[in-house]
Amino acid sequence: MLTYFLCLVLFCVGFYAILRKRNIIKIIIGIVICEYAINLFLILFAYRMNGRSPLYSPNQGITNMVDPLPQALAMTAIVISLATTALLVGIAIRIYEKYGTFDITKINRLKG
Amino acid sequence: MIEINLLLIFIIIAAIVAVEVKDLLSSVVAVGVAGFGLVISFLTLKAPDLAITQLVVEILCLIILIRATIKVDLPFSTSGRWLINTLVSIAFIAVFLSYGYKALLSLPVFGSPLMKTSDFYLSETLKSVHATNIVSAINLNFRAYDTLGEATVLFAAAIGVMSIMRRKGRLTNKNKDNESE
Amino acid sequence: MNQNNGMSVIVKTVTRLLAGFILLYGIHIVLHGHISPGGGFAGGFIIALSYILFMLAFGKEEILKRVPQPMISLLESLGALMFLAIAVFGFFGGYFFANWLPKGIPFKLFSAGTIPISNVALALLEVSLGLFGIFLVLVLLKFAPLNEEKTKKK
Repeated sequence: MLTYFLCLVLFCVGFYAILRKRNIIKIIIGIVICEYAINLFLILFAYRMNGRSPLYSPNQGITNMVDPLPQALAMTAIVISLATTALLVGIAIRIYEKYGTFDITKINRLKG
Repeated sequence: MIEINLLLIFIIIAAIVAVEVKDLLSSVVAVGVAGFGLVISFLTLKAPDLAITQLVVEILCLIILIRATIKVDLPFSTSGRWLINTLVSIAFIAVFLSYGYKALLSLPVFGSPLMKTSDFYLSETLKSVHATNIVSAINLNFRAYDTLGEATVLFAAAIGVMSIMRRKGRLTNKNKDNESE
Repeated sequence: MNQNNGMSVIVKTVTRLLAGFILLYGIHIVLHGHISPGGGFAGGFIIALSYILFMLAFGKEEILKRVPQPMISLLESLGALMFLAIAVFGFFGGYFFANWLPKGIPFKLFSAGTIPISNVALALLEVSLGLFGIFLVLVLLKFAPLNEEKTKKK
């Protein structure tokens, strides 16, 4: 119970960075921290006390393994988070080339 | 499980340092430290596939983020309605945490998962697929449609990256190169 | 930060020794994806990291001589098409995405049907994604050092 709550606190740290920071790079760092917290929550949900990893071996049975299904889902999520981070950083660098600053209160021109 | 709680406190401290420090290079390094703490906690939770993937993705993410840290972070804005904004954000996060705590009480106890569909996967993988890595077999045999969707998302991201890198046209390309040099 | 000249002599010598081993390790993780932990995603990124290490130590021009940019696009399309072909050929086994190759004895290298071929297809996709991401950050912001000198002088 304490473990799940600490995971939620990590998500809130990233969420605070998305809400209150002025620099675009700090906002991107907040998004990355939120993604770490969600992947960690999925793996915490699938843990069995004194279990072993989900790999067969010739001399051990299958009765004590941890849950393999959330691990498969979290693997997909980790790779997709890299793709979104790469796109976000590319867009942020293009914004810097056009406006000359990373400050979000000064990026407010509607015309191209 | 005392070691999981200690690792989580370490990751939270690294995340707070990453968010609050003024120098952008130091905050990117702190995000890298948080990612490595996450790799060790994946290993403690008996998930070796995920530890390898998270380690490699973390390294690539660091290389991409470091290139974007050109200037120093801007100072905390004290113009406008900054006090009310900060108080409203903290109040919202406090309400979110309290409702989240109540929702987390209805999950199963940490350490005893339900495993209603995973019993089928565990017994069927050796009999009908003859693979020994269960996570790979789930990803590529039982749930291969999700992997097809993920490959589509990666392909779309690569096309997006290619279109961002491209300059505007051929004539304006020549003018821009002359100006910047 | 002039990327086209590369880094110092120590980094270049160590990179020449290490890059081959990292490539071999990545190929091992991809091919043994159905026996030991790893699979197509992690192995593909490790292969991309060996090329990225080479590129960071020697400059961008060396890599572009050996692996030109149209070839990276070709590799990516080939990976995606191979994955879809495995899925469509599953109609031989009865339904979409069926595992239709003969499954051998467990713990051997040629077992588990179509899973090793899917791992290779996904690894090709990952390699090109990693290389594109690094090209993105090395191509943009060519004139960043000029801005830094201006703010320092002020």
